[in-house]
Amino acid sequence: MNVEAQIWQAFVVCVSAVFTQNILLSYFLGLCPFIGVSREIKSAFGLGLAVIFVMTTTCMLNWLAYHYVLEPLGLEFFRFILFIIIIAAFVQFVEMVIERYSPALYLRLGVFLPLITVNCAILGASLFMLIRNYSFIVTVGYGLGSGIGWFLAIIAMAGIRQKLANERIPQGLQGAGITLVIAGIMAMAFIGFSGVLQGR
Amino acid sequence: MVLSVLIAVTVVSSIGAGLAAVLTISEYFLSNYGPCQITINDERKLTVQGGKDLLSMLTAEKIFIPSACGGRATCGLCKLKVLEGAGPLLPTEEPFLNREEKESNVRLSCQVKVRNDLKIEIPPELFAIRQFSCRCAEIIDLTYDIKQFRFELKEPKTIDYIPGQYIQLLTPAYEKNSEEVYRAYSISSDPTDKNNIELIIRLVPGGICTTYCFEYLKVGDEVKINGPYGNFRLSDTDAPIVFIAGGSGMAPIKCILHQMKNEGIKRKATYYFGANTIKDMFMAEQMRTFEKELADFCFVPAVAKPQGDEKWDGQIGLVTEVFRRDLKDATEYEAYLCGSPGMIDASIKVLTELGINKDNIFYDKFE
Repeated sequence: MNVEAQIWQAFVVCVSAVFTQNILLSYFLGLCPFIGVSREIKSAFGLGLAVIFVMTTTCMLNWLAYHYVLEPLGLEFFRFILFIIIIAAFVQFVEMVIERYSPALYLRLGVFLPLITVNCAILGASLFMLIRNYSFIVTVGYGLGSGIGWFLAIIAMAGIRQKLANERIPQGLQGAGITLVIAGIMAMAFIGFSGVLQGR
Repeated sequence: MVLSVLIAVTVVSSIGAGLAAVLTISEYFLSNYGPCQITINDERKLTVQGGKDLLSMLTAEKIFIPSACGGRATCGLCKLKVLEGAGPLLPTEEPFLNREEKESNVRLSCQVKVRNDLKIEIPPELFAIRQFSCRCAEIIDLTYDIKQFRFELKEPKTIDYIPGQYIQLLTPAYEKNSEEVYRAYSISSDPTDKNNIELIIRLVPGGICTTYCFEYLKVGDEVKINGPYGNFRLSDTDAPIVFIAGGSGMAPIKCILHQMKNEGIKRKATYYFGANTIKDMFMAEQMRTFEKELADFCFVPAVAKPQGDEKWDGQIGLVTEVFRRDLKDATEYEAYLCGSPGMIDASIKVLTELGINKDNIFYDKFE
């Protein structure tokens, strides 16, 4: 496939990852911080941005590590361990860099970075890109799209929860309960996008 | 097969090691913030290498801030006022601070990173907490299971504390104990003698530190203590006082009595001291001396079970029964209790029945 076609495919994959194949609402990955940090829009925004950044970059790094290290050596079965190590190390590194050079950004994003290390959506995106045999350029689009999709979902959820804060919710449903119900309804709403794009 | 396993393991571990090395090297360069100055209470200035959290920096400078979790933001004990240079409040700190604390710049010192010059405020009593190396100067048998230890301070040479406070004694590793532990003991000595502290310690069967003190510690040995800690102290009112203590609970009360004598405090005070048998009674002589030296002080020793031929002409019964008979109405009193949890809980119950205001009961439970 030539580069132009790949870029077009990357765009399509990116848009579909945001809407039709949303990593959170159709695969339900990364639910833990989704429920934990969606109480207010401000912190959801910070976490969402951090996820976009980390997901895009770790997908790229993991693609390189898989295709240039594991595949030539025939060690594909090690991808789980290696991906986790790479994600953890990269997140640590980024945390140190932005803490040093941009205290303002650190206060906005930095505190969420350690949380992302254990966000399964990040690892999930890296594994999906392998299963689907994406090329490097398409992987960039996929990582970015998945990140944006997660970002959109948590922002929407935080907006809904802020509105709900003053409503009377039955006691048994308060907190995580109502959040999961809302997530389910949001997932159904996102199915509406499925006709928009065919293919990946 | 073996070869491929070897290759696999080598590759994955070398990638892991490589990443770890990159992180270590970049931490060395990135987390080095150069010298930062910490100004404490507008008087003391420390110059430290920036990059770590405030709590560990202060500990390295021998300023001990209480902390139970070791810097993981789970105990909320290491609160300090950071007036300048801390940056905004972190989400990790938020759950531990109420609105008043947030407004007055209170922070968790384990979460505040030193990246630039800081201005902080440490409560004077925390500021006074130091590590002391001392020499065991004297051991006196008070009863068959209670000893008085005098420690002469070597470095630093003097200690300032509020009578009623305690120190922590470091028990080194010895035959029956594999790691160093700290145990808290109230200071019993005269606070004017800043070069020495005395502790009254009762042997706890199987206790790590008390066994060390009773069986291993000899006059001349080096020991390490840190402190002072604690809020048990004489209030600043004129209300009549009732002291209630048992066993080694004598220590902080004795220290407070020294203070009353030194500062010429003329408050009416009664001291009920409970012992199980006559053999458990000690320091009665010294208390009689206090009766002569203080304006209005009365020592009431009570023995629960006088046995054998020994003569006992004092009060008989549990200390709670004795002061219930004696005091009758405790409405006006302030109570200072010190001893075992059982004794303290029982005393609080009786004092409440005698009409004391709960806010006027101060105690130091030896748990």
